[in-house]
Amino acid sequence: MATDQALHGLDRLELSPLSGQESLLARLGRRTWAGTWPKLLAVALVLGAWELFYLSNYHGDTADHLVAGPVTGVQNLWDQLVHGQLVAAIGTTMERGVIGYGLSVLVGAVVGAVVSRVPPLRAAVGSIITGLTTMPSIAWFPFAIILFGLSNSAILFVIILGSAPSIANGLIAGVDYTPPLLLRAGKMMGLRGFALYRYLILPASLPSFVAGMKQGWAFAWRSLMAGELVVQVAGSLSLGVLLAGDQEQLDLTSAISVMIVILIIGVVVDGLFTKADVAIRNRRGLIDAAAGS
Amino acid sequence: MSIGHAQQTRPADEPGASALSGTGAAGQPVVELTDVSKAYRTGRTELLALDKVSLSVRAGEFACIIGASGCGKSTLLSLVAGLDKPSAGRVDTTGRRVALMFQEPALFPWLTAGRNVELALQARGVPREERRARTAELLETVRLTGFRDKRPHELSGGMRQRVALARALAHDADVLLMDEPFGALDAMTRDLLHDELERICAERTLTVLFVTHNVREAARLGDRVIVLSSRPGRVIGEYPVPRTGPRRIDSAEVAQMAATLTDRLREEMGRHGH
Repeated sequence: MATDQALHGLDRLELSPLSGQESLLARLGRRTWAGTWPKLLAVALVLGAWELFYLSNYHGDTADHLVAGPVTGVQNLWDQLVHGQLVAAIGTTMERGVIGYGLSVLVGAVVGAVVSRVPPLRAAVGSIITGLTTMPSIAWFPFAIILFGLSNSAILFVIILGSAPSIANGLIAGVDYTPPLLLRAGKMMGLRGFALYRYLILPASLPSFVAGMKQGWAFAWRSLMAGELVVQVAGSLSLGVLLAGDQEQLDLTSAISVMIVILIIGVVVDGLFTKADVAIRNRRGLIDAAAGS
Repeated sequence: MSIGHAQQTRPADEPGASALSGTGAAGQPVVELTDVSKAYRTGRTELLALDKVSLSVRAGEFACIIGASGCGKSTLLSLVAGLDKPSAGRVDTTGRRVALMFQEPALFPWLTAGRNVELALQARGVPREERRARTAELLETVRLTGFRDKRPHELSGGMRQRVALARALAHDADVLLMDEPFGALDAMTRDLLHDELERICAERTLTVLFVTHNVREAARLGDRVIVLSSRPGRVIGEYPVPRTGPRRIDSAEVAQMAATLTDRLREEMGRHGH
């Protein structure tokens, strides 16, 4: 049939070329390099600035023993990782982070889902949630310590208060911005009630929800660090405890080592969220292929 | 989970006496609008989108509605689809299943072409085993068999609109409402889709209510063309298109009908000019 063939031909012509000329290995290599060099540059810049600060002798000769150069610093970090308590401290901190953040996602998702579906709650609770996101989490600690004492629970409590509102907000925004045309299409299809939520509204709000989760992680990580410095739980060894110990012993080199670890964990987790975000947007064609990301 | 049921049903013995019933096609009236008005309230002003519109579409008929901007074409389809309620008058779809296709494909971007079609079956409660076969069959109908696993953004505009058509057909509707479905496509693709749509409608004996602002498209596809006035929308003319054989967008009879329709529309627009 002539129409049929013309249609097939047109379909072929209109589709963008699916694979490039570049071999898979070359593309992988290029991608890896493209992802790696900015990070290497960042590390080099930091080490360079550190060296300059060291050479400037800002603290004067008498304070020389306080400030170490990057070479000593990296050595110190290595020593702490291999011989010291740094690994155990990372374990404790990450455990708290994972549990606290996990609970935040749970609370945020449930609250967000309920608030976005119930209009009267929407007006009241919506503004409370927005208010909570602007509250610096460290301001919650006196409250948490009075309520829970110097315990893990106090830290988890503050993590949840710090990050769950962002997660809930992300979900609410996603539900709000479900395209009306898709809602009409869904209703036309006969999607109603729970099915409408499950097959249309939730998937439609996923990108916004992931953005909220990413912001929620940033808040959770900050709350956790603040918490570990303020709430020193007896007998537990965490990054916060190490950092506070370094402060007491005026051990600047060790403090820098711990800070580097904190920074790296934050950056790595943030990178994972960015990856998830890009994957989701890619699936939906929200990333311009020509721009290449 | 059925969709788009008639809001009101009329007794079967009442004659389908619309003043503006079609002449070209045989069959019982399946969509009937009687003195339908629709007003929207925006702030303090009230906008009358449709004013006492009466029309009927018979089974198997391909009816086109044309009109300039603001004639309430889309409002009309929303009312027939049951997505909206008329302010006055009656919309009767005689218990038929109605499916609506939009100008935008409105596919779910997170689902593949196949899953988009399948979800419409799922929403209707079609069992899982049956869904796969039905989806394959529907994609075959719109000639997209090889594209089942592609996501909407990987398809061209015309292909997306065909997936949307397959999804609308998944409703097993007797009446297909189309709201400028090819408006955003290039002329060449549109031409081919006209042929495809004609074939599919003949295969499935669909009744179609097709809204467009393209007079040639209306003349090419319709058994009958209904002209609406603008602001408010009223039926101001009806033109049966004689079917003498296969039509093309560039055939003489289509051009002639298009000219007649254009004249009528210009006359109507001129009325708003002063």
